[in-house]
Amino acid sequence: MKVSNIVLAQASEAAANINPGLAAIGYGLGAIGPGVGVGLIWAAVINGTARQPEAQGQLQGIAWISFVLVEVLALIGLVIYFIASAA
Amino acid sequence: MGALMLAQGGTFQPPDAESFFLPPIFGGVTKPIALVVASAIIVGAYYLIATRNMKLVPGKGQFVAEFTYEFTRNKIAREQIGAKDFRPFVPLIFALFTFVLVNNLFGIIPFIQFPTMSKIGFPIALAIVVYVVFHGVGFARHGFFGYFKHVMFPPGVPKPIYVLLSPIEFLQKFVAQPAALAVRVFAAMFAGHLILMVFTMGGEYLLIEASAAFKPVSIVAFAFAIALTFVEALIQVLQAYIFALLTANFIGAALAEGH
Repeated sequence: MKVSNIVLAQASEAAANINPGLAAIGYGLGAIGPGVGVGLIWAAVINGTARQPEAQGQLQGIAWISFVLVEVLALIGLVIYFIASAA
Repeated sequence: MGALMLAQGGTFQPPDAESFFLPPIFGGVTKPIALVVASAIIVGAYYLIATRNMKLVPGKGQFVAEFTYEFTRNKIAREQIGAKDFRPFVPLIFALFTFVLVNNLFGIIPFIQFPTMSKIGFPIALAIVVYVVFHGVGFARHGFFGYFKHVMFPPGVPKPIYVLLSPIEFLQKFVAQPAALAVRVFAAMFAGHLILMVFTMGGEYLLIEASAAFKPVSIVAFAFAIALTFVEALIQVLQAYIFALLTANFIGAALAEGH
């Protein structure tokens, strides 16, 4: 009984210690989505500019607006990382 | 293992969120408070001086002032709000852009090196101003119930979908978008400052504490810190632009006529 208690206590201690690592892995996974999203947005802008160079200014205006919507997911992930790694 | 190999004296303490809590300079005044006051004075004084003696052929100072004004007025305010009612909002958007820009650039100016917006309180205060303005003008334009209808019932959607769409639109306009506006600039500045700290403090540690074989590696760390400073400059200007752009976008969306 005693031994299992010690093992459990050790396990819980270990779980508390790996929190920052888990949070970092989580943020790494969470950054994949926004990375792909931002890539798609600018790929579309490059494509559009190649097809119609005079529309570049207009395309970039739209691109920035959509870029910030995607970018904020990665930034929220970063904030969550700090919250999760501190807990 | 790496730490064991490298360490001569003391272990490397990487910077974290605690590094942003600076000791007060005097009384209750901390560095961010001093910087935010300084930024307001810098912006105000710069434009007072630059516009006091305007010439037809602008000098350097007048050119920067005119360029920023022209950029925020035409490229941000007029494009997002529309040529009909953008005029009353130009001062707000111009002030937000220059204020956020100066506060962000504090992050890479030598000896200051602290982006004020990396403390969540300042972006929240700015976001509250934006929140009051864009909902205020929305209510003024569409009337109390008219504005809720404008926000929650976008036209051209099949009727049953409104059960799902209306709460989402409400939450998005009244909670998510303003919160994201504050978090965006905060997190970008926080992350940027943290990255610069990691590289400079890591380089310093390698130079001072590490064994002789590892000391040259600190050059790589400092080189990266310098390179990332330029990336950071780009991000800081971009975030100021995005803050002003989104403010204009929210105001434009609140003022838009029903289609």
